[in-house]
Amino acid sequence: MSGMKKMKKTTKSNLITYGLVIGIYLVTQILIMTGSISSLLQGLLVPLCSYVILAVSLNLTVGILGELSLGHAGFMCVGAFTSAFFSKCMVDAIPVAGIRYFLALLIGAASAGIFGILIGIPVLRLKGDYLAIVTLAFGEIIKNVVNILFIGRDSNGFHFSTKDVMSLGMEPDGQVIINGPQGITGTPKDSTFTIGVILILITLVIVLNMIHSRSGRAIMAVRDNRIAAESIGINVTKYKLMAFSVSAALAGVAGVIYSHNLATLTAQPKNFGYNMSIMILVFVVLGGIGNIRGSIIAAIVLTLLPEMLRGLNDYRMLIYAVVLIAMMLFNWSPKAIEWREKHLSKRKFAKKKCAEEV
Amino acid sequence: MKNWKKMMSAALTAAMTVTMLAGCGGGETEKGSSDTIKIGGIGPVTGDAAIYGEAVKNGAELAVKEINEAGGINGAQIEFNFQDDEADAEKAVNAYNTLKDWGMQALLGTVTSAPCVAVGEVAQADNMFLLTPSGTAVECVQYDNAFRVCFSDPMQGAESAKYIADNQLATKIAVIYNSSDVYSTGIYQAFAKEAETEGLEIVAAEAFTAESKTDFSVQLQKAKDAGAELVFLPFYYSEAALVLQQAAGINYSPIFFGCDGMDGILDVEGFDADLANNLMFLSPFTPTSTDEAIQKFVTDYKEAYGGTPNQFAADAYDGVYAMKAAMEKAEVTPDMSASDICDVVKGAMTEITISGVTAKELTWEASGEPSKAPMVVKIADGDYAVVE
Repeated sequence: MSGMKKMKKTTKSNLITYGLVIGIYLVTQILIMTGSISSLLQGLLVPLCSYVILAVSLNLTVGILGELSLGHAGFMCVGAFTSAFFSKCMVDAIPVAGIRYFLALLIGAASAGIFGILIGIPVLRLKGDYLAIVTLAFGEIIKNVVNILFIGRDSNGFHFSTKDVMSLGMEPDGQVIINGPQGITGTPKDSTFTIGVILILITLVIVLNMIHSRSGRAIMAVRDNRIAAESIGINVTKYKLMAFSVSAALAGVAGVIYSHNLATLTAQPKNFGYNMSIMILVFVVLGGIGNIRGSIIAAIVLTLLPEMLRGLNDYRMLIYAVVLIAMMLFNWSPKAIEWREKHLSKRKFAKKKCAEEV
Repeated sequence: MKNWKKMMSAALTAAMTVTMLAGCGGGETEKGSSDTIKIGGIGPVTGDAAIYGEAVKNGAELAVKEINEAGGINGAQIEFNFQDDEADAEKAVNAYNTLKDWGMQALLGTVTSAPCVAVGEVAQADNMFLLTPSGTAVECVQYDNAFRVCFSDPMQGAESAKYIADNQLATKIAVIYNSSDVYSTGIYQAFAKEAETEGLEIVAAEAFTAESKTDFSVQLQKAKDAGAELVFLPFYYSEAALVLQQAAGINYSPIFFGCDGMDGILDVEGFDADLANNLMFLSPFTPTSTDEAIQKFVTDYKEAYGGTPNQFAADAYDGVYAMKAAMEKAEVTPDMSASDICDVVKGAMTEITISGVTAKELTWEASGEPSKAPMVVKIADGDYAVVE
């Protein structure tokens, strides 16, 4: 313990975050091995990994960069579709699941990252809430574009259409890969909990190191006072773009996990629409803006909650909403913070989930 | 710093407790009580598609009640548990796992296509018997443990084109379809393919999406300008009612032809039933049929839940009876595991013939497709009538 005390505050905080993820992973693995875990929870493990990565990556944009992004699900959608497309095409060419999945991850992250840069270049130069508006539109556009996209493959190569399957004009041996609103069916189920946890850890390494690096301090300086940051020679657009594109690429990774967990991938308002983006934002806000560990916990709790409430049947969504409001009040209302400090700190249990603690 | 450590240990403990508690939930019900057969159902009872999920839930519950009152399956009572999936693939898999924890031995679901494909994949891995009342996409029944009660999308599209060609209703056809919907595009694509071989000419194929489903004047105008004699509407009745109203608004009166989603159009509130006169659609089920079994089903359903049952309820009702027949044939007992039940029931499914409300003689092929003849319903004088 004496060693712990000598450590820098941030290093320790980071280690706790890694420890939390590894701890949960070990506990879950033990539960799986002893067979005492419910099928519901076992089925939720992989989606949980993708939601945690989404929350952490959005926190980079919202908490560290200080810009509001309402299109995180759009980046996830890009990552999901490009990687699922790749895996579906390569399922025969690369029979080894590990290599295929690794390449799919790179492709998903790269394509989402490229979209992040493309959107960031014009928009991040502006002051104000433009990013929120543009990302909101981006998410909706991506969803609708995917819904009219038809791609097929036959002996002559790939065929594209934005109308219907007939206009692909394929040979009889052709196979439709992206089938408009039906999306991609039959993506190999390559995502596993272990890979998911490894990806969470990689995400954490990237995000936490970035925050505590020179670039991260520059990004936070831009967030806190743009004019002051510019005056000491920080290239504002460059650092904003850096944070935003990394955040987008990580959302793409989450999309890869998502798409390789389900046999069917469709772009519905439910999974890649506006609501999903808001859902991720809720994880970030409830966990504490700028608080990476908080995002992880909030993503886990809020994903599990509606499933654990299934016993309540029709009241499930009602209770879920009430819990959300209660959590928000408990975390953020000034009176609640005051009450918490007064009563809980006496027992040396000060729960101060604040931004400066990252 | 001490506070931090405490806080973290508390958070860790909390996280673990959640995991542990969740973990504990499973073990107890794995085997289940051995005197009832547990059938699970999955469908959307919240969100946009809730009306289909509710209908399936009600239809299935009605059938379960009747079967239990009549003595159950081989003397064993049925327990039915319906879980919400919000028409989302991920939520559907969660619902499936919840039902598995509950001890489900066979699955009636899921209601909508995309979740059904996702659940089908998991069910195949578990060797769980799956009978979807209304999952129309081809892939829903791609494995040998999966069967369906409804028609598949391609089948409906092809049958519609064939019917139009055989009865020489028209040669110039316009199609309006929902390009953001799996069901609608699936039917449209099969229809277009079949229309080509039958020598029908599609003069206009106009799409709309879930976000723009209130104004159809552009699509109708294009169909009118192209001189279409028949407009094919492969989507649900709520939008179709608007199409018919707006067509009347521009004095355009071709033959309108729909699919099973059209069933229920006369019950749309504020809809002038005269507009639907001569509307034709393929349907496996008509609530106004004089058939005795259908009348009994409609009356019982009205009594229990209010409102006229639609084809989703009818499909679910037949689905439960099909399960009963197959389980009786395979001599399923409540103490059998889901996998054992699946092994025997999937064979029995191809041997049974049931007389249901969606068909007089309903049989299944090993591919999972039902073999039943689609009926063409024509609306005349504000009422449905089966065209012979």
